[in-house]
Amino acid sequence: MKHVVKILTLVVAVSAFWVALLQTSVIPPSHTWLLPIYFIVSLGCYGLLMVGVGVMCFPICPEEALLLQQDIKEAKEYLKGRGIDVGSDF
Amino acid sequence: MEEKNKYSIIVPTYNERLNISLIVYLIFKHLRDVDFEIIIVDDGSPDGTQEVVKQLQQLYGEDHILLRPRAKKLGLGTAYIHGLKHASGNFVVIMDADLSHHPKYLPSFIKKQLETGASIVTGTRYVNGGGVHGWNLMRKLTSRGANVLAQTLLWPGVSDLTGSFRLYKKSVLEDVISSCVSKGYVFQMEMIVRASRKGYHIEEVPITFVDRVFGSSKLGGSEIVEYLKGLVYLLVTT
Repeated sequence: MKHVVKILTLVVAVSAFWVALLQTSVIPPSHTWLLPIYFIVSLGCYGLLMVGVGVMCFPICPEEALLLQQDIKEAKEYLKGRGIDVGSDF
Repeated sequence: MEEKNKYSIIVPTYNERLNISLIVYLIFKHLRDVDFEIIIVDDGSPDGTQEVVKQLQQLYGEDHILLRPRAKKLGLGTAYIHGLKHASGNFVVIMDADLSHHPKYLPSFIKKQLETGASIVTGTRYVNGGGVHGWNLMRKLTSRGANVLAQTLLWPGVSDLTGSFRLYKKSVLEDVISSCVSKGYVFQMEMIVRASRKGYHIEEVPITFVDRVFGSSKLGGSEIVEYLKGLVYLLVTT
């Protein structure tokens, strides 16, 4: 099953549930009418929250940049001694 | 442990005359007691990358370093297919030549594969032990936004979709790559999503990603549009 079909199935199922709620009036219809808006707003909040937390807790590794510089230096020395052209000019 | 596995490391290059020798040195430094070959697919670099590779072949041996050039820049996806044709290992590693992927992580990829028997081991920057260096706030924001969008819409089951440091069983890579048509970032995402849909066992290992050329991987408006198109494409085709 294509993924978009899965998502649409989910949307249809939720919509059906919503229509059922409207029909049966378990909760006041005026509230039921607002549910899709609540849903969209909370989806948006979820997205923003995930992005926000993700950016704030973005894993960084400044020490790796230093280690890489050391590795590059070591590699250059080794390779230069063995006749490999490690000039960076091109 | 049986010593029968062979790892073919495919490195596509374009104007990487310095980086390619550094990466080859580091691969040899970190991969000991492992049978491997490095397949360099150079897209006709004008900077003399291929001459440097020939020097490296003299030093390390032509059975360890294979130069399989192409006449001109033909794109990343086809570079992998080209390299794959010449791969003699039963496992294939794909990595970038610009040293944003450090060869010191290769043993952890191999170890993870041996422990779990996974078909694909993919490097992830977004878990404990992983990380990125050299990205500004905007780059982090777009990366996170893209990731949240993809996770919400595609449910791929892996945390880092656009990373391209991966180890594949050769047969799995051949299977997956033949059904991928995208380019650039989306190509990496398509590979892992299709593999996930096909039910292949995918494992993750943490990697760090050092962007040395500051801003080299910045995402412009056109990349974002391409990404969104790719996302929709994957939604309707996988």
